[in-house]
Amino acid sequence: MNRLFSLLVLVFTLFVASFNAVAQEEHIAPTEATHEGEAAKEPLNIKKIIFDHVGDAHEWHFFTFGHTHVTVPLPVILYSPVNGLSVFSSSKFGHEGHREIVDGRYILVDDHYKAEQVALGKDPLEVEKIKGGSIVTVDGSPVYDFSITKNVMSMLISVVLLLWIMLSVAKKYKMNGSGKAPSGFQNALEPVITFVRDEVAVPNLGHKANRFMPLLLTFFFFIWINNLLGLIPGGANFTGNIAVTACLALITFIVIIIRANGHFWGHLLNPPGVPLGIKFLLVPIEIISLFIKPVALTIRLFANILAGHIIILSIVCMIFIFGAMSPVAGWGFSPVSVGFSIFMFFLELLVGAIQAFIFTTLTAVFIGQAVDEGHGHDDGQHYTSSENEIIA
Amino acid sequence: MELLTPDLGLFVWTLLAFALVFFILGKFAWKPILSSLNEREKGIADSIATAQRVKSEMAAMQAENQKIMAEAREERTQMLKEAKELKDKIVNEAKDQAKNEASKIISDARVQIDHLKMAAMTEVKNEVAALALQVAEKVLRKNLSNDAEQSSFAKKLAEEVSLN
Repeated sequence: MNRLFSLLVLVFTLFVASFNAVAQEEHIAPTEATHEGEAAKEPLNIKKIIFDHVGDAHEWHFFTFGHTHVTVPLPVILYSPVNGLSVFSSSKFGHEGHREIVDGRYILVDDHYKAEQVALGKDPLEVEKIKGGSIVTVDGSPVYDFSITKNVMSMLISVVLLLWIMLSVAKKYKMNGSGKAPSGFQNALEPVITFVRDEVAVPNLGHKANRFMPLLLTFFFFIWINNLLGLIPGGANFTGNIAVTACLALITFIVIIIRANGHFWGHLLNPPGVPLGIKFLLVPIEIISLFIKPVALTIRLFANILAGHIIILSIVCMIFIFGAMSPVAGWGFSPVSVGFSIFMFFLELLVGAIQAFIFTTLTAVFIGQAVDEGHGHDDGQHYTSSENEIIA
Repeated sequence: MELLTPDLGLFVWTLLAFALVFFILGKFAWKPILSSLNEREKGIADSIATAQRVKSEMAAMQAENQKIMAEAREERTQMLKEAKELKDKIVNEAKDQAKNEASKIISDARVQIDHLKMAAMTEVKNEVAALALQVAEKVLRKNLSNDAEQSSFAKKLAEEVSLN
């Protein structure tokens, strides 16, 4: 524990130090430019720093030391209905500040490009809608971006880790058989697996729990490991990306739709014991609630993880806000900032596990409602309790 | 707003990766893990059930043993009691018999003694009678010679008799 703590402090100090270097660089540079009123480099754009860190990117940027950008280029995979498939390294786009056009067609959108577009006479509001970091074509023809971005790369690493961990543990189970007590990492995972089974699957799915256990376990560990990887400084904000959580929620939704039984559809489309007039009101609400479930799942996980990342980054960035006032204040505030961010890191470790648990539990609850065969009157109660959970 | 617009690429890759992970883990990890977990849990439950059954069996056996012991003890007490009773009875009987026998022997002896006594008495009487006859005879013979002597003799005889 102590070792872990000191390691965290060390990592943080390095992380903060690299930031400091950027901040000082940026702090010095604008001094000449500020009076001209046309700042090529803005003094300290905290919003940009934070949103660059929580957003996706085509390259994996670790830190910038002076003018040296330490980045890992990632493969860019584009499909254009006009030009077909093209694959190239993201390093072809050049570095931040001096972007290049690849193959004479593809442009990586940045502030410079946006300013150029506005200068060309495009509607500034339209230009603002173009997503920074996305890829557009010179002629404006559609292009579909299937690049291995930072988030995809992070996910692939997590997939490899997850497969390695789980398959080695499974091998141990096969080797030891059921007669032997668990040992090693198997022992660490077993309570988690039995927790998912006994606290998540069985209470919500009853005797059907076994059928959905693989899905729930995959959800739990997939989300958990990605939450944890996202906490490593320099890591990607994978589970705090709406595309990811939307994808996971969509899987839940598809499972609900496929597995839902007649009882569920009957209650949804023709609630028994409800006057006809109310039915016209109730059925649309029920149908909407069916679609709200995955949306709630999407937003809960996305918002929780994103918020955690933004808070940590904000706390770290406070050093530079103070540093911009005076270097002394910046250095003076850094211990407070580091202390707070360590606290937030521990909180996020907890949140990472809790959010994985909540996503899995809600999936189990929703599937449980869909496959429920009905036990007379406690049905209504079942519904209200889960609706409460959605609100929570 | 950039954060709220999902990227198609990331969405597709996540879907693919999750499907792959789900498939591989479902087939090669969750299945063996869950089945061996269930198996182990079943084994433990079975062992506990067996242990409990054996325990209850043992308890039943012990109770039975105790019952048998108690019965045996009671039987022993009963047997001892009976034996004592039997012994007492035999002793008493023997005593009674001995008493009876003894009294019979005594009474027989008494009867015999009486008999013998009677016989002895009769003999003595007979003897006395014979003696008296002899004396009488002798007296009668002496009487022939002398009256005076006869009377003194009679007197002497009388003294003798009374002395006897």
